[in-house]
Amino acid sequence: MNYNAPTKQGYFGEYGGKYVPEILIPALEELEIAYEESQNDPLFQQEFHSLLKEYVGRPTKLTYANRLTDYYGKAKIYMKREDLCHTGAHKINNAIGQLLLARNMGKKRIIAETGAGQHGVATATACAKFGFECVIYMGAEDMERQKLNVDRMRLLGAEVRSVTSGSQTLKDATNEAIRDWVTNVENTFYIIGSVVGPHPYPMMTRNFHRVIGDETKEQLQNSEGKLPDYLLACVGGGSNAIGFFYPFIEDESVKMIGIEAAGLGSDTDQTAATLTIGSPGVLHGSLSYLLHNSEGQIQLAHSISAGLDYPGIGPEHSHLHDIKRVRYYGVTDQQAMDAVKLISDKEGIIPAIETAHAFAYLETLMPLTKKEEIVVVNCSGRGDKDMKTISEWFSKENK
Amino acid sequence: MSTKKTMTIQNKNRIQSVFESRKSDEKLMSLFITAGYPDLESTVELVLDFEKNGADLIELGMPFSDPLADGPTIQYASNIAIENGITMSKILDMVSDIRENSEIPIILMGYINPILRYGIEKFCKDASDKGVDGLIVPDAPIEESSKLSDAAKKFNLDLIYLVAPNSTDDRMKAIDEQSRGFVYCVSVTGVTGARTGEEISNSVDKFIDRVTNNVTKNPKLVGFGIKNHKDAISISKKVDGFIVGSALIDTIRGNYPSNGWKQRTLSFVKELKFGNI
Repeated sequence: MNYNAPTKQGYFGEYGGKYVPEILIPALEELEIAYEESQNDPLFQQEFHSLLKEYVGRPTKLTYANRLTDYYGKAKIYMKREDLCHTGAHKINNAIGQLLLARNMGKKRIIAETGAGQHGVATATACAKFGFECVIYMGAEDMERQKLNVDRMRLLGAEVRSVTSGSQTLKDATNEAIRDWVTNVENTFYIIGSVVGPHPYPMMTRNFHRVIGDETKEQLQNSEGKLPDYLLACVGGGSNAIGFFYPFIEDESVKMIGIEAAGLGSDTDQTAATLTIGSPGVLHGSLSYLLHNSEGQIQLAHSISAGLDYPGIGPEHSHLHDIKRVRYYGVTDQQAMDAVKLISDKEGIIPAIETAHAFAYLETLMPLTKKEEIVVVNCSGRGDKDMKTISEWFSKENK
Repeated sequence: MSTKKTMTIQNKNRIQSVFESRKSDEKLMSLFITAGYPDLESTVELVLDFEKNGADLIELGMPFSDPLADGPTIQYASNIAIENGITMSKILDMVSDIRENSEIPIILMGYINPILRYGIEKFCKDASDKGVDGLIVPDAPIEESSKLSDAAKKFNLDLIYLVAPNSTDDRMKAIDEQSRGFVYCVSVTGVTGARTGEEISNSVDKFIDRVTNNVTKNPKLVGFGIKNHKDAISISKKVDGFIVGSALIDTIRGNYPSNGWKQRTLSFVKELKFGNI
């Protein structure tokens, strides 16, 4: 297949676009031009890749999960180690890419939203490295459950603004960041942390993360001499998944699976399984699948994982879902927490709870695989930030 | 009469009529009120009373859970209205109730998602049937509203677009070309209700000059941050009138539900339009 989304107007199939107030249109047009220039600018590319190598620590390893493979006794399992990136998750790839753009555009002030705090930490880190003013919007509930990351951002010099509207999570943090942007558009660059938002953000963020998939392809070619059979990644907004999947989209033998957070279950109202039970609508600047009621009011998502607790999803995932190039399934809080334990126990890696959603699906997938096949899981982040939630969960479970 | 254009197509277009009958020394006042705020029962009567106290147009807000172009005041009113159980069909019923007693132009203003969910074509048809005259959808700029624009035209609704201080001259011209009814001039970059009068007046003159140069087809109303008659008159010198939303809702919020909340609100409205008489 030939895949060349998005269109010039920012559409992946019927999803995407620029559903924003008029005030933001000039900013998006300016950004589109700057981004396009950066793609054709060897100096920009060199600086970006050099930072990924020398500062982020890329390429990240592709680790063979031998004990996990033995445990299931089926296909070989590899882990793409984005948890080894500086700051502990893939988010830094995009934060650095967008910060370089901001600098080239002469913007002095950086804002960002964050859910789990990983994108906030990545943005605060990049701002510290380059000496930029940084304001992070974070839901009050998320600040509580990801306190470690709040402390990290503050130590890195960022101002963390608590958002108390709505569900006090990622959705509301994004609303506040957009309101800040609308107000300070002249001097402010909004570093969006996922493949959501108006065009060109979903495309740009994907392209800053495609290094994940590009490296995986090359590393697996070196170790196994072939393409993977399955790729597995968790999906909230969907940035780690799209960066991982994108270089493989035209390789039709590679089956790709995105795992959404089902919370207490996709059949309950305590869920974040947007593609499983949602329908198309507009949130945060683009048309994509959403959790909303019959009146078009956005519903509150639920997931134990702050990074997946979002009622929307990137427009490219909606498109890949509709054309059935990627299959999307839900994993519950319970299944994800079981996977946190399993991966810690078998591989000596404490995954982020977001990431554990992808690992949890191995329970379903592995019995269907063959010994000669290869499964690669994107290990998108590490779980240090989640230790409070993890400890509370298992102390309850042990009672 | 400042303008003497002939009526076109539909002689019942209330928005056009109100602009055509404007006296040259008069500034039209458009008031924004969130449907279902402060309670479901008050909206119809409030609109009728606004008209009696000087409102020339009404923008009826369709609440959305995530109003990302709005400041705290309209966010608050939207939340209350949603908690009160507002729905799109209740809003449309309010319009037909208003129509029993008034011919004031009514513009529905809200975000695109509830309209998409209702169905664009069905929404435009039902709105038109109930007596709505126009639509303002701030998160559907010209590049994203071709379907909405087609449906609005089909059912004789004016689709009103916004221009902002950072819109280029070419962009303003394109918006003027697409807009019908009037053009909504956002006086400052920011969310609704964000800034005070003095902050606005310093930067707004240049913007209004650019607007008057580039928006030539449509009448123009200016809004965002207007809190009193003095602001309103000074900011709308060179345009047809002004829009007030957040300051009106703040006034209700400061008084509701104590005795006399409505009287105080209507005094505010009267003062906005006519000053202290």
